[in-house]
Amino acid sequence: MSDSVITVDRLTRRFGRKTALDAVSLEVPRGAVFGLVGANGAGKTTLIRHLLGLLRAQEGSVRVFGRDPVADPVGVLSRIGHLAEDNDLPGWMTVAELMCYTEAFFPGWDRAYAERLRRDFELDPAQKVKHLSRGQRSRAGLIAALAYRPELLVLDEPSSGLDPIVRRDILGAVIRTVADEGRTVLFSSHLLDEVERVSDHVALLVQGKLAFCGPLDELKARHHRLTVRFDGECLRPPVLDGALAWEGQGPEWTALCHGGLGELQAAAEAAGGRVVDRGVPSLDEIFVARAAGGVR
Amino acid sequence: MQIRVSASDGLPIYQQIVNQVKYLVASGRLAPGEELPPIRTLAERLLINPNTVARAYRELEVAGVVVKRGTTGTFVSDAGSPLARRERQRILTQRVDALLAEARQLGFDLDHLFDLIRQRDAALDRSEVL
Repeated sequence: MSDSVITVDRLTRRFGRKTALDAVSLEVPRGAVFGLVGANGAGKTTLIRHLLGLLRAQEGSVRVFGRDPVADPVGVLSRIGHLAEDNDLPGWMTVAELMCYTEAFFPGWDRAYAERLRRDFELDPAQKVKHLSRGQRSRAGLIAALAYRPELLVLDEPSSGLDPIVRRDILGAVIRTVADEGRTVLFSSHLLDEVERVSDHVALLVQGKLAFCGPLDELKARHHRLTVRFDGECLRPPVLDGALAWEGQGPEWTALCHGGLGELQAAAEAAGGRVVDRGVPSLDEIFVARAAGGVR
Repeated sequence: MQIRVSASDGLPIYQQIVNQVKYLVASGRLAPGEELPPIRTLAERLLINPNTVARAYRELEVAGVVVKRGTTGTFVSDAGSPLARRERQRILTQRVDALLAEARQLGFDLDHLFDLIRQRDAALDRSEVL
């Protein structure tokens, strides 16, 4: 069908009585920077573990490059660069040994590129991995994930707990990766400012369910921040179709809404108010409204 | 070329770039013929998706602010004047709106404001420090 690098179809995963993923379907187009967004425990890492073939689909299916990552791990993993949040690199190796070791697994390893990244990141080749700082360990992991120029780069919470300088390096690597023709990046993050800057597609997981999946532009075009003024005092938020979250007091209330602008405006008027201001919410605001809405 | 973008600005990031490049051209800080940074360079500097920069450059090209010269790069166009005039007007309109809001808030009527503007203009002519 279309040119998708990842196709997930009605994937469901239960751990005991907890449903970690609930009929999740999504497609990651080739060349996309795909941001996977959700609160802690929303299912982001579980989904990524399925993509890497570390978990078998209980229901539904997972295809990466058109293949099943559980049935064909070599065919899939040899084309993915992966950086985990708690990247468990072998601590007893030196940086130089780590690079040789990783090179052995990947025929496409670009030694010159790896060396350039090592120098850019100021990693000492003689230093043991276990003695690296958290940020330096992430940089080492990033070299291991990037230097064979994989078609798909998968980053699970790559910047969580890292200082702004390391975060810059990681985002810079993401940008360079997509700037190379045809490469695809999937990354999970709860730093939504980062996701909004770098991604062109986003998927929003709320308690194992997919609340949205598609182009970031579309998500933003479908959400509005409307400020509505009423004649009298309102003690509690007014009822309005499409409103996800309200904030305000007295006669003036601001809602984060989902839907067409015309219908929302008509609904506000029908509720006895008039729209005095409107704007485009940030991904962060949309996420908070959506995630909170899912809990209630 | 000094550009800053923010994800929480309310404007799409590509639009922020378009506006700021127009502003830099209108204010003379980007001269006709000057080269804009390559897409990839600006994307890495601002830490944004390269497609976002590409989209901003496309919009600027359609608006006649920049021209693409083959594969060499993107340059500020020579014939940017009608747009630059519109853009200058847009910038000034924003300032006037802010001034009007402040004046109303402080209880100045329009005549009073005109007087004040003339007064300050005269002061500027006498090169008094603002």
